[in-house]
Amino acid sequence: MTTPVLDLRGVAYAYPGGHQALFGVDLHVHPGERVALLGPNGAGKTTLVLHLNGVLTPGAGSVTVSGLPVTDENLLEVRRRVGIVFQDPDDQLFMPSVRDDVAFGPANLGLRGAELDARVVEALDAVGVADLADRAPHHLSFGQRRRVAIATVLAMRPEILVLDEPSSNLDPASRRELADILRSLDVTILMVTHDLPYAVELCPRAVVLSEGSVVADGPTRELLSDSALMARHRLELPVGFSI
Amino acid sequence: MGSAPGAHLHVEGDTVLHRLPAHTKLVGLMAFVLAVVSVPSEAHVALGALLALGVAVLLSTRVAARHLLPRLAVETPFAVFALVLPFVAVGPTTALGPVTVSQTGLTAAVALLLKGTTGVVTAVAFAVTTRPRDLVRALQHLRVPDPLVLIASFMVRYLDVVADQLRRMKVARASRGFSARSVRAWPVLAAGTGALFIRSYERGERVHLAMVSRGWTGAMPMTSPLSATPGQWATALAPALVAVVVSVGVRMAG
Ligand SMILES: Nc1ncnc2c1ncn2[C@@H]1O[C@H](COP(=O)(O)OP(=O)(O)O)[C@@H](O)[C@H]1O
Ligand SMILES: [Mg+2]
Repeated sequence: MTTPVLDLRGVAYAYPGGHQALFGVDLHVHPGERVALLGPNGAGKTTLVLHLNGVLTPGAGSVTVSGLPVTDENLLEVRRRVGIVFQDPDDQLFMPSVRDDVAFGPANLGLRGAELDARVVEALDAVGVADLADRAPHHLSFGQRRRVAIATVLAMRPEILVLDEPSSNLDPASRRELADILRSLDVTILMVTHDLPYAVELCPRAVVLSEGSVVADGPTRELLSDSALMARHRLELPVGFSI
Repeated sequence: MGSAPGAHLHVEGDTVLHRLPAHTKLVGLMAFVLAVVSVPSEAHVALGALLALGVAVLLSTRVAARHLLPRLAVETPFAVFALVLPFVAVGPTTALGPVTVSQTGLTAAVALLLKGTTGVVTAVAFAVTTRPRDLVRALQHLRVPDPLVLIASFMVRYLDVVADQLRRMKVARASRGFSARSVRAWPVLAAGTGALFIRSYERGERVHLAMVSRGWTGAMPMTSPLSATPGQWATALAPALVAVVVSVGVRMAG
C-alpha cells in the first residue's frame, strides 16, 4: 500500500465558542484518487477542509499529508502540498491582476524571475486560461474566475487539490468545461460538494460526512443508490436523475 | 462591466506618460505637487503658469475629454470652498464688482483654486496612465510598508465587489417599495450600511484564510520589480524641477 496523501485519524474539533463541529473523523485518500466529500449544510465539511492545511488545529487526533504531520514547523510545506480552492473565487483572487494572483503562492515558496513566470503560465495553461494573465480578476466572468482560482493553487504544484463546492453558481456549459479540466489534471482530488450528479461524474469514491462524523465511505454510485442512507443525511438527487 | 467612479481610472494608451515606469511617475507627481504648494499664495501668475504646465501634462496623455471630465469631478469641493473663502475670511476688504470681499480671502481663494486644480489635473494624468497593478508595484518598489501596500491593493481589487454589493442591496430595497425620501428612511439606510460593513469584514476574514492557505506569512512577495533608466527619471521629474525653480524664483524676487 502506498503512503496516503491524506491521513486523518480521530480528528475532533470544537470552535472557540464551544460548538463541536467534528467528532473523531477518520479519512484516507491515496495518490491518484478523486474522492467526493458529501454532506448536508453544517455537516462540518469546510471545518474539515481547514484542518487539511493546518489553518485549524485538531483538538484531538492527527492529520498527516504524504507522511508529513501537520504541525507548526511543517506548515509551509503542508500548504504547498495541499492546495485548497475556496468556494467564492472573489475570496481567492485578491491581487490586482490574474498574473500576480497566480504568482502569489509560488512567490511565497521562494520562486522568482523566469522560474516564477514559467510556473504561472503552466498553471494558467492547465485550466485553459493563459490568455487572461493580464486581466483584472473583477473583469472576468464567474466561470473564468473559478478556473483562475484553481490555477492559483495549481501553481504551487500541490499533491492534492481540495475544492470546496466547485460547481456552485456555474452555468451548465461552464460546469461541464470545469469537469473536463478537473478530469484532465494529473493530481489527487478531494471535492466537497452538494452536487451529487457532479460527484458521480467525477469521483469514483465518496465519503459522507454528517453532524461531524463520517457515516459512509465507498463507491459513489453504491452510496447514492442507497436511498435510505441518502434520505437520512438530507442528500437528494435532482428530480429525474437516476444512477 | 461595472461603472463605479474611481474603479476604472486607468485608460489604455501609448504616450510618454503611459510608458514611464509607475514609481518614477509617482515620485514625480508627489514632488511636483509639493513644489506647487510651496509657491507663495500671492504669486498668481506663477501659479497660473504651473497650472498650464499641469494641463499640458494631462493633455499629453491624449485621453479623450469624456474620460477625463468625470475624473476631474473630485475637484468640485475645492472649487466650492474657494468660492466661499472671500466672503467668510476676515481682514482688509476690497471691491469685487458690486460686492465687497475680504482681500486675503480673495488672494487665498485664487491660490487655493490654482494649486488645487494643478494638483487634481496632474493626479488625474497619473491615474489615467497607470494600471492599478503598477501602482501597487510602485508602492512596493518605493519601500512603502507592506500593510499599506496591501490596503491599497485590496482597495483596487475590492472596490468593484463592494460597489456591486451596494448596488444589489439598493435594488433589493427598491424592489420592495423602499425609497429614501424622508428621515424615516435613515434607520433602513443605516442597517444597510451595517450589513455591508459586516459582509466586507467577513470577506476580509475569508481572503485572509485564502492568503494563509497559499503560504503567506506576512510579507508581500515582490514578484516583478520595476526598473527605470536615468532618462525616464529625468522625464518624470521634469515638471517638479520647473515648479521648484518657479517657487524659488518667486521667493527671491519677492
Ligand atoms: N467560525 C465558527 N465559529 C463557530 N461555529 C462555526 C464556525 N464555522 C462553522 N461553525 C459551525 O460548525 C458547523 C460546521 O460548519 P461547516 O464546517 O461550515 O459546515 P459545512 O461546510 O459542512 O456546511 C456548523 O454547525 C457551523 O455553524
Ligand atoms: Mg461549507
